Amino acid sequence: MAGRYEIRFAGSGGQGVILAAVITGEAASVYEDDLHVVQSQSYGPEARGGKSKAEVIISTEPIDYPKAIRPNLQVILTQQAAEEYAPETMPGGRIIYDDFFVTSLPQVDANAYHLPIVRTAREKLGRDIVTNMVALGAVARVLELEKIVRPESIKKAILGKVPEGTKQLNSQAFDEGYALFKNSLHL
Amino acid sequence: MSEIAFWQGNEAIAYGALAAECRFFGGYPITPSSEIAEILAEELPKRNGRFIQMEDEIAGIAAAIGGSIAGMKSLTATSGPGFSLKQENLGFAYMAEIPLVVVDVMRGGPSTGLPTKAAQQDVMQARWGTHGDHGTICYAPASVQECYEVTIRAFNAAERYRQPVLIMSDEIIGHMREKVVINEIDPSKLVTRKRPTDIPEKFVPYRPDPKDDLPCMASFGDGYTWHITGLTHNDWGFPTNDAQEIDKKMKRLMRKIDRFRDDIVEYETAFTEDAEVLVLAYGSVARSSLRAVHEARNRGIRAGFFRPVTLWPFPDKEVERLARKMKTIIVPELNCGQMVLEVERAVHGKAKVEPLNLVNGELFKPEDILKVIEEVA
Repeated sequence: MAGRYEIRFAGSGGQGVILAAVITGEAASVYEDDLHVVQSQSYGPEARGGKSKAEVIISTEPIDYPKAIRPNLQVILTQQAAEEYAPETMPGGRIIYDDFFVTSLPQVDANAYHLPIVRTAREKLGRDIVTNMVALGAVARVLELEKIVRPESIKKAILGKVPEGTKQLNSQAFDEGYALFKNSLHL
Repeated sequence: MSEIAFWQGNEAIAYGALAAECRFFGGYPITPSSEIAEILAEELPKRNGRFIQMEDEIAGIAAAIGGSIAGMKSLTATSGPGFSLKQENLGFAYMAEIPLVVVDVMRGGPSTGLPTKAAQQDVMQARWGTHGDHGTICYAPASVQECYEVTIRAFNAAERYRQPVLIMSDEIIGHMREKVVINEIDPSKLVTRKRPTDIPEKFVPYRPDPKDDLPCMASFGDGYTWHITGLTHNDWGFPTNDAQEIDKKMKRLMRKIDRFRDDIVEYETAFTEDAEVLVLAYGSVARSSLRAVHEARNRGIRAGFFRPVTLWPFPDKEVERLARKMKTIIVPELNCGQMVLEVERAVHGKAKVEPLNLVNGELFKPEDILKVIEEVA
């Protein structure tokens, strides 16, 4: 890749969007070579509910402005986030959105992927809390296709970050998310 | 040997302090600075250091002053509301000449204001928050890497000049994570206060060394007798009303910074050689500004960029020199116009100075600054 690639995770507090962004950033910084990486978030004083947004910028050049301008990839986990952020996607970029919480995506010039992220976490893995890891799996496949970060780097970052005793569950959630994106397009 | 980390700005300040051999933290947690206290609470005891959470911010800085007097490099960290409370003891540390590093991760004010939102509203308080004349050394880091490096330099300056040194970070820099390259510290690059070499009976605590005009410092418990007071004092540390002694003390306090100004001042520039419009910004705002300058260049506008790393002493000579070639200097800040006053003082009418202010808790978007560059170009 060359230049700047912007990723935004948007949802509500408690869905783990900040951790997903931190892990993506850590993977690109620590487990890949020669990339510049910035991660930032915005959140309110409340811990649950409320809007939550986290961004990662990965670049081959030093990064000046630390926030996303036109995200190349957005992961959207609530209807409110879809309405607010989807239109900011880079034309021709990608939007991964949850098929349970996002009921209608605004018309945008981007490739949209409608994936059962929350349902996979809830129904297949039995834990809502791994929603962010399923989302990260899908993101890992995109970053692999874009030749920015390898999926194994993201997996290493996950295993370095999640508590002992939850590693298998998180790792399985990541694999499910990766497969969701890959199988949805046969990519 | 170097190591790669992915840190928040606040983490980088905490680890920078440890790398500088800070071994005491006294403070009281407050958003958006709490990670500094949190990390040091965990890490200081592992390094034979001490962490004390006090009952409030006033006691926090008081403890840090005590830690420093006992011989440990000491730190306190806070945000605006706590920075206000610390002002009195900050003045005590200036007068008593106690090395100390104070971090303010700025959030919106006045009062409790905006705990989770960014601002740069405390930069004049950094200069004049405590009463009485004193020189100020104040850094404003603009990246996580710089948070780490500037913290080490802040401890060096505090130890060398025997006074408090301020780091004015902000919510964006404090909470954003960036890749950081941590190089192994060369121990010879770390400054530690000069200790007395005379026998205790001959020790005069505030008598400056003729070589550098700075007094050495004994630690409590070393066997040296030392009277410490916030009252204006003579070389022995005792209160004085003698006009000559008062004058000597005050002139030396100011001279510490004036005399070493060129060693302390730090700044960064980009595209200034042929620039007609200069954007002068610090902290997180410098990041939006540099982007705006790049975009202006792409549109054929001769824009330049200047970033003071030290807000105090302000790089006034350097700004004045550049101002001679500029039509306009734009000063974007997350406040209603504070450092712009210092820019106007330095520029002294040689260029037009254009303030650009934002106080809604958000960071400037590059396009906000680009628009003004295009208007004035």
